[in-house]
Amino acid sequence: MISTIFRRALYSLPIALAVSLFCFLLVHIAPGDPINAILPPDAPADVIAQVKESYGLDKPLPVQFGIWLFHILQGDLGRSLATGRDIWPDLHSALANTLVLALASAAIGFPLGTLFGSVAGAFRGTWIDRLAVGIAVAGVSVPHYWLGMVMVVIFSVILNWLPSMGASPDGSGAWALDWEHLSHLVLPAITLSVIPMGIVTRTLRGIVGDILNQDFITTLRGKGLKRGGLMLHVVKNAAPQALAVMGLQLGYLMGGSILVETVFAWPGTGLLLNNAIFQRDIPVLQSTILVLSMFFVGLNLAVDLAQALLDPRMRR
Amino acid sequence: MSALVRVRDLTVKFVSRDRTVHAVNGVDFDLNQGEVLCILGESGSGKSVTLRALMRLNPPARTVMTGTLQVGGYDIIAASEREIETIRGRSVAMVFQEPMTALDPVFTIGEQITETVIRHEGVSKAVAHKRALELLDLVQIPSAERRLAAYPHELSGGLRQRAMIAIALSCRPKLLLADEPTTALDATVQIQILLLLRRLQQELGMGVIFVTHDLGVAGEIADRISVMYAGRFVEEGSVRDVMRTARHPYTQGLLGATVHEGMRGKRLTTITGSPPNLASLPAGCAFAPRCPSADAACLEAVPNLDGAFGSHRARCIHQHAEVLA
Repeated sequence: MISTIFRRALYSLPIALAVSLFCFLLVHIAPGDPINAILPPDAPADVIAQVKESYGLDKPLPVQFGIWLFHILQGDLGRSLATGRDIWPDLHSALANTLVLALASAAIGFPLGTLFGSVAGAFRGTWIDRLAVGIAVAGVSVPHYWLGMVMVVIFSVILNWLPSMGASPDGSGAWALDWEHLSHLVLPAITLSVIPMGIVTRTLRGIVGDILNQDFITTLRGKGLKRGGLMLHVVKNAAPQALAVMGLQLGYLMGGSILVETVFAWPGTGLLLNNAIFQRDIPVLQSTILVLSMFFVGLNLAVDLAQALLDPRMRR
Repeated sequence: MSALVRVRDLTVKFVSRDRTVHAVNGVDFDLNQGEVLCILGESGSGKSVTLRALMRLNPPARTVMTGTLQVGGYDIIAASEREIETIRGRSVAMVFQEPMTALDPVFTIGEQITETVIRHEGVSKAVAHKRALELLDLVQIPSAERRLAAYPHELSGGLRQRAMIAIALSCRPKLLLADEPTTALDATVQIQILLLLRRLQQELGMGVIFVTHDLGVAGEIADRISVMYAGRFVEEGSVRDVMRTARHPYTQGLLGATVHEGMRGKRLTTITGSPPNLASLPAGCAFAPRCPSADAACLEAVPNLDGAFGSHRARCIHQHAEVLA
């Protein structure tokens, strides 16, 4: 098992390196010279050269990558072009907010999806199954920014029950665990939970249905196991695949909430990315994408290890 | 002493929205304690369904069973789900064909044995573990302690099937059902498993019902043979009678298609055609369309199992003529 952990962690290294290379190249893939984001197009040539030198843009690409990576590894993400501030403090609070939102959505979507999916898988072909599939299809099909707006209209505008914007009453990004703050979380979390709920439902329906059709289920019934004993086997067999899907979905929740965060003005990485894109603030873009990608890589590693722990056939 | 298993006019139908499959169409037999019955037949003859019916293991939502089905004094058809659950694994146990898929891949062999023991006998984990060790010894799995901690994919096919047998024997059942337990194994391993099953059957005095399509296997292990075709027994009798003087053309066809003693110099024959569709069975003898000696009389009604030769009975109206000829 220890060698498995070591090997999987080792596999993640080249992935992480490739991801950071991609993030670094983002500046150069984007149309136009990165210098255009800093200087007006009619800047004199000597100013351009001077700025290029001060940003290290005159050096060859591999050297630039090396320097960039060196700084990143020391925790120095650089400065925002738009505000001139250090990126890390802003990114840090945005990450915390996004993580809170993602975890809240997962806490709503995963259990519901697991429940609907398992029940549908166990009762395939019945009306329960069709109902669950209907919910799942609706969940993945409804555009979530639209759902967000509808929820705002219903619960904020008409009923006036819940706040529609921001993460806290005072408008700061700071987060605390009380109702004032939690109430801000409710609408975006529900909105964001709908897609993972649908996907988890659909996946678990398939997994549980397949497992119940396996020969060993007949063996277990033949041993006289009761429903509870049988369920233990189904859960342990379904868990590795279910975890894989949930890990992926959590990753998407972390990175894929740009639209919902914009609708609810949630001060997370989505909003940060959105602003950075419109301001051509490439260092912020780079750092945010890099950190989110690393989170994704880490999450996948964690899922891999959990799978190996649950399924002996994966410990190779 | 009453029979361990008593089956009268058993029918099993699988009902779905668009069709009904008549898998078993009136099967009668008795099995005594310590007796080995072999049900012989090709795929789709209803032999596995019959076997599973004895534990009510066919898919509950689609299966309709009628007739009398008694195992160890229990009425299997009328029993509640809870009663069935206590009978399964304790009074009756089953060994399946493919040990790779019939064992849960994410539980160790030990866990799969002990859970059965704990389920039925309510003993502690330590006691169940000790029983599991004894069981692996019983089925001759070496280095038992280490094998208990192994997962199914870490064992060879033969060892897996031995483990499967150990699970089946874990609560000392009176009746062991074996559904082609050697079919998925290498020929050399097949013999070992057969010998093991026969030894265990004699030591533990179990009744065994053994389903196979392999005549050689049947001759090796059985006391009695019942040949099944299209959901009915078409011939039954002692191993000796059925193998030496098969009366039903189907049994004769099976024997002619198999390499066995006394075949030297003879050509193997085949049974032409294919088994009937169980969703729409003919009115007469189900084998008539493939039978070399069928005539109009065969198509009129399903022949009875004719008892003119004592316990050796066949479901064919021409059997007497053939004996004379």
